[in-house]
Amino acid sequence: MAITSQSKERQMQTPDQIRSALQSEIAADEATVTARALRQARKRKLQVNAGRALLGVLVVGGWQLFAQWKIIDPFFFGQPSGIVRQLVDWFQHGTSFGSIWSQIGVTMEEALLGFVYGVLGGVVLGVLLGQVRFLADVIGPYIKIVNAVPRIVLGSIFFVWLGLGTPAKVLLASVLVFFVVFFNAFQGVREVDRVFVNNARVLGASRLQITRHVVLPSALTWITASLHVAFGFAVIGAIVGEFLGAQQGLGLVISDAQNHFNPNGVFAAMVIIAVIALTAESGISFLEKKLLAWRPPSSTEVAGI
Amino acid sequence: MTAAHSGQTLDAGADPGGGRAGRASARIELSGVTRRFTSPTGKVFTALRDVNFTVEPGQFCAVVGPTGCGKSTTLGMVAGLDRPSAGSVRVGGAEVDGITEGVSFMFQQDALLPWKTVLANVALGPVFRGVGKKQAQASARDWLGRVGLRGFEDHHPHQLSGGMRKRVAMAAALINEPSILLMDEPFGALDVQTKAIMSNELLGLWEELKPSVLFITHDLEEAVALSDRVVVMTSGPGTIKGVYDIDLPRPRGAVQEIRFEPRFLELHHQIWESLKDEVQRAYADTGGTSGTAGVEGASGSSGSSGRSKPAGER
Repeated sequence: MAITSQSKERQMQTPDQIRSALQSEIAADEATVTARALRQARKRKLQVNAGRALLGVLVVGGWQLFAQWKIIDPFFFGQPSGIVRQLVDWFQHGTSFGSIWSQIGVTMEEALLGFVYGVLGGVVLGVLLGQVRFLADVIGPYIKIVNAVPRIVLGSIFFVWLGLGTPAKVLLASVLVFFVVFFNAFQGVREVDRVFVNNARVLGASRLQITRHVVLPSALTWITASLHVAFGFAVIGAIVGEFLGAQQGLGLVISDAQNHFNPNGVFAAMVIIAVIALTAESGISFLEKKLLAWRPPSSTEVAGI
Repeated sequence: MTAAHSGQTLDAGADPGGGRAGRASARIELSGVTRRFTSPTGKVFTALRDVNFTVEPGQFCAVVGPTGCGKSTTLGMVAGLDRPSAGSVRVGGAEVDGITEGVSFMFQQDALLPWKTVLANVALGPVFRGVGKKQAQASARDWLGRVGLRGFEDHHPHQLSGGMRKRVAMAAALINEPSILLMDEPFGALDVQTKAIMSNELLGLWEELKPSVLFITHDLEEAVALSDRVVVMTSGPGTIKGVYDIDLPRPRGAVQEIRFEPRFLELHHQIWESLKDEVQRAYADTGGTSGTAGVEGASGSSGSSGRSKPAGER
């Protein structure tokens, strides 16, 4: 800063003039800094994307070549070109259980229904137990016990109860989802700032109003965080359910491919599931952004220049 | 201060305390109040012992004392968030049972809900009392204007500075036109200049609405400058050491300037003589003990307070 050269000149100006001169100086500085920052950000983004593309080509290409050169056996490991052929075949001619779309539809229906029921159950019970200490103390240990059971095994029981149709898979998926959401909702309610609650009480809020205006919004950070994991569990529940027994669905397609020693088929189904999961993930992120719009931007978003 | 004197000055005299109950309902009486806490290990800790003092209706009463002398506990009991283990807390002649009617609380920490806009935060008081949403928002808008925050209605609390958040909290506390205002070091976290400005605004609004104020602070200058009565407390356990009536004229004017009045200095000196020993003793005590302060437990409390102890350590 050229303070010494300008100080003389500034002495003869009024404070307002000095301020406006300073302001334009600052504005000019900021403009150059902004331009530089933008350039750097663009460059970095390009580098990151190039790095990602390179890594993808390396892995998939390496897989393809190694399989072609018989370094790894394509009979066991499949190969990318085979996976693509399998996918094209499914989408053009359907699977042995009907069109691939209906398989996807069945699995999605099971996963989504399980997700919705599980989330609802988890939130309601979590919020209730988080607020009513007596209930939490009484029921808590049992929830822990049930949580310790390998819940996938419950699938077998559900099949005995509900048969091979959709309901058994929905139930399995929702049980998996429930526990993830429940523990988060419960913890979220427990973490609510007592000052918020006391303030609402003094202002004359009823219990229900406190739940609605203070507890739920506060716990929402925790609950939405659990939704990402929860959807994964919903898909797992649906697929595993179909593994255990089904007439339709992606899980059945996978187990069929497995029975025919067709690794490309297994991988192809995995690709489809991954696409579904990524789509759902972005949907949940969108929802999270909407619900938690009030949150201050995190420090990573406000990058220092 | 400009915004504070506009608006409802006229009805403030005719309809004090929101008209819920007359002025006499604003008298706060503590007699023989003792509060003990039991830690989870069964250790008993006496926070307050035999505390007696009265806040007259419309009086501005400050409580000063060293850290950990149970000042906040006292406020909690007046608000009805907590119960005394012995003795009685009366507001308007009636024993406090459940949340006290007509009370507003300004906390030391931020009590604004971060997920609500400034307007929605201020409107909470009327909404909780069953006022329609439109009317609640209109009155919140009015109050935001009175604390000089017109134009910030749709901001979220994190977008405001500390001083602005305190103004919002003040509007949120006053919107119900409380007959009693409890303030727990409300300006403790602010810088000196902002604190002075906020104090002036508080005085302006107080003179308009005239609620009884119980104001907790560490800052003796602040206490003398603002209040009609200063209560000095000892620590470990908290007891009353002295009660001083402040006879500085009202309206006080700028708190920055009243500090230079001879009478102010005299009172300040007099109270400081009493407070000094306590502060030194408390400081020496905290040097050696780990302290069970802040541990809340079940002790002699009953009814609705049982499930909602403030800051319960689980």
